[in-house]
Amino acid sequence: MGLLVAQLLTGLANAAALFLVASGLSLIFGVTRIVNFAHGSLYMLGAYVGITLMGVLPGAVGFWGAIVLAGVAVGLIGVVIEICVLRPVYRAPELFQLVATFGVILVIQDLTLMIWGGEDMLGPRAPGLKSVVRILGEPVPQYDLALIAITPFILLGLWWLITKTRVGILVRAATQDREMVGALGVNQSWLFTGVFFLGSALAGLGGAIQLPKGGADLLMDFSIIAEVFVVVVVGGMGSIPGAFIAAVLISVLNVFGVAYVPQSTLVLMYVVMAIVLMIRPWGLLGREEKAGEHGQIGEPQRPIRPAGWIGRSLVLALIAFMALIPVFGSTFTQVLIIDILIFCLFATSLQFILSTGGLVSFGHAVFFGGGAYVAALLVTYFNTPMELAFALAPLGAGVLAIGIGWFCIRLSGVYFAMLTMAFSQLVWSLVFQWGEVTGGDDGLVSIWPSKWLSGTTAYYYFTLAMGIGGILVLRHIMHSPFGYALRATRDSARQAEATGINVKQIQWMAFTLAGAFAGLAGGLFVFSKGSIFPDELSISTSFDALIVVFLGGVKTLAGGVVGAAFMESAKDWLTRLEYWRLILGLVIIAVVIVAPDGIVGSLRKLGERIGIVREEESMR
Amino acid sequence: MPEPMLTLEGVHSFYGKAHILNGLGFSVDRGEVVALLGRNGAGKTTTMKSIMQLVRPRRGQVCFHGSQITGMPPHKVARLGLGYVPEERRIFTDLTILENLEVGRQARRADTPYWTEADMFELFPNLWERRNAQGKAMSGGEQQMLTIARTLMGNPSLLLLDEPSEGIAPIIVEQMAETILKFKAEGLTVIISEQNLHFARIVADRAVIIEGGEKKFDGSFAELENHPEIRDAYLSV
Repeated sequence: MGLLVAQLLTGLANAAALFLVASGLSLIFGVTRIVNFAHGSLYMLGAYVGITLMGVLPGAVGFWGAIVLAGVAVGLIGVVIEICVLRPVYRAPELFQLVATFGVILVIQDLTLMIWGGEDMLGPRAPGLKSVVRILGEPVPQYDLALIAITPFILLGLWWLITKTRVGILVRAATQDREMVGALGVNQSWLFTGVFFLGSALAGLGGAIQLPKGGADLLMDFSIIAEVFVVVVVGGMGSIPGAFIAAVLISVLNVFGVAYVPQSTLVLMYVVMAIVLMIRPWGLLGREEKAGEHGQIGEPQRPIRPAGWIGRSLVLALIAFMALIPVFGSTFTQVLIIDILIFCLFATSLQFILSTGGLVSFGHAVFFGGGAYVAALLVTYFNTPMELAFALAPLGAGVLAIGIGWFCIRLSGVYFAMLTMAFSQLVWSLVFQWGEVTGGDDGLVSIWPSKWLSGTTAYYYFTLAMGIGGILVLRHIMHSPFGYALRATRDSARQAEATGINVKQIQWMAFTLAGAFAGLAGGLFVFSKGSIFPDELSISTSFDALIVVFLGGVKTLAGGVVGAAFMESAKDWLTRLEYWRLILGLVIIAVVIVAPDGIVGSLRKLGERIGIVREEESMR
Repeated sequence: MPEPMLTLEGVHSFYGKAHILNGLGFSVDRGEVVALLGRNGAGKTTTMKSIMQLVRPRRGQVCFHGSQITGMPPHKVARLGLGYVPEERRIFTDLTILENLEVGRQARRADTPYWTEADMFELFPNLWERRNAQGKAMSGGEQQMLTIARTLMGNPSLLLLDEPSEGIAPIIVEQMAETILKFKAEGLTVIISEQNLHFARIVADRAVIIEGGEKKFDGSFAELENHPEIRDAYLSV
């Protein structure tokens, strides 16, 4: 009994930081409709700033003062981000905003590394709260009790601010219709900045307040953001009380998970999320989001058309050139091109669901890594011949996509994005923690192709055939009646439905197809490397794919291929630099703001301007 | 002759590539009630939005009290004393009626009638009974009253009413006409866009007819009566 109570209290104390970060994210989302992926980075900054300030300010006053000041400092950093990065993209489609905040993550990672170095830092203990209290015979840290006491007041304060004050009323009104709030004389840009300050400050507070229980390290940003997404999705986007309930639920669950089912701590959280979403798709206290409530933003997309004869001949020439590479190219070149081709196929499968389907998936790596793991597990445990294992990779990934799609397709927009990310994290944590089967962090090794494909050149031709074949098949599907229906669901789900298209079914099928082709890329990947690690399932792999599609051009067909080829080639020299994340992050932010059409889109516009490419006839 | 309160000159406005207003120009004097008439798609709503700068005119200018407001952010336009009541009403359905009024509240202006929440409830007694109900639980007529009351809380000197009689019961339309005449008596200047000629004739002093984003007629209702061909060309369905 005593142990149970002690564990419950630990869970409640852990909920404090999680609630602070989640409520900040929820608040920002509610008003600006932006899911701030950099929110975990703000939490990390709060921890680092907090440690530094605690080192300077003495005593108990200094300790608590440092926490508050860290919150304020991070709030101000949030203001800078809002003004410099987000203001220019408020009117852009969701994906652009998400990618911009991802750029911010990279920038903050390297800036933190520059300022505080790579060493993990241990948080100082709270003055006056260093010992433990015995509750039913079990030791409970005093600081835990302090956190449990403080959190409800923060919840109450936020609740009062949102429901009772004029600012809160304006915030809620802006959540629903920002333009109208502006037309009534409210300066909404400052309202947004204010909300961003508050939300960021809450994340900073969360980072600083957890210091005596943890510390500060450079991986905090990613480790909290997935958990925060789960909390926000379970609690309901935009609901502060929902964030509180979910934070408590998840934290308590985690503590009991560690105690009783230590292998499944990470998985448990996602299972709870899946159950909640099955019963309440918009979270415990969230409200149904109607599609199209906030209107279509951005320019309408151009109709697509098959490549002309110039385009086709160029592609043919390129393929012919690539087929000749083994004749004069080195092994190194061939390996590099294998990597590029695999990545191009992976990116094209994402482009298919994202550009043609309008479904922004943030967990696409789960199908890439999933396909690779299916093949690797078959080879490792059943000695499956390579050919069969390879064929089962896209099949396995497709089946996985059917399952994950069943949950995710029910939602749309950012909800869909977060759900795909959470499910990919679920699979990642399964693979990561189930060491006996998957090898955990050590991965699976010795997954080599059959004899006839074992040479680099042989595998090069195999990848060339499979990679380009896959890309062409996907392209063909985009131009098929199925592709037309899919684009109709993207442009207007309601009208598509009214013309007899089963929107959800079409989206589900597209999601499955995209998953299968990502699995094909994963199959190619695992046999080219001979090994597979959980990294290939992780958020950062998903983001890599998103970023190349984005760099290539979201509203184009070839964006994925061009972006992936560009990125894989650039990565080779970029990663040699010490602060490459900073550079990449700044480039991403710059592209979002300055050239949102990406490489292909910008080239096409340039071509139209100088008259090489025929311009689309306009509507009138 | 005093300077007009609001002047539009050669205004061209677009939605994306669609050219909606095509060099529209007219002016409104202080204390006037002007009706913007025209068919669906003639550009009445875009005219309203172009005055508020919710749609930025690509060419031409909008002057309020003799100074340019073209290109200003909408919240600044609103603070100058222009009150906008949108056609779709756009009340905040998650907020209570009292909270909706609070969003519209702005500081008192010297030159305009001053309205309090109490005045609003006197004007629209139905709203008082439901003051703590959420906006989504209201009928069309009640929503229309609330959206007008919300805009009045900003103490505007010029009120832009976009199709106030649309989609509400005839009895409420009659009340609405009385209310608008009451505003006029209080010294408020009103631009009202309408398809209901009968309603417009009751409340307005002057008619401006637009078609294809251009002004086709500007004059009194008596004058309009003498030219049935204009009415037939631009108003009849």
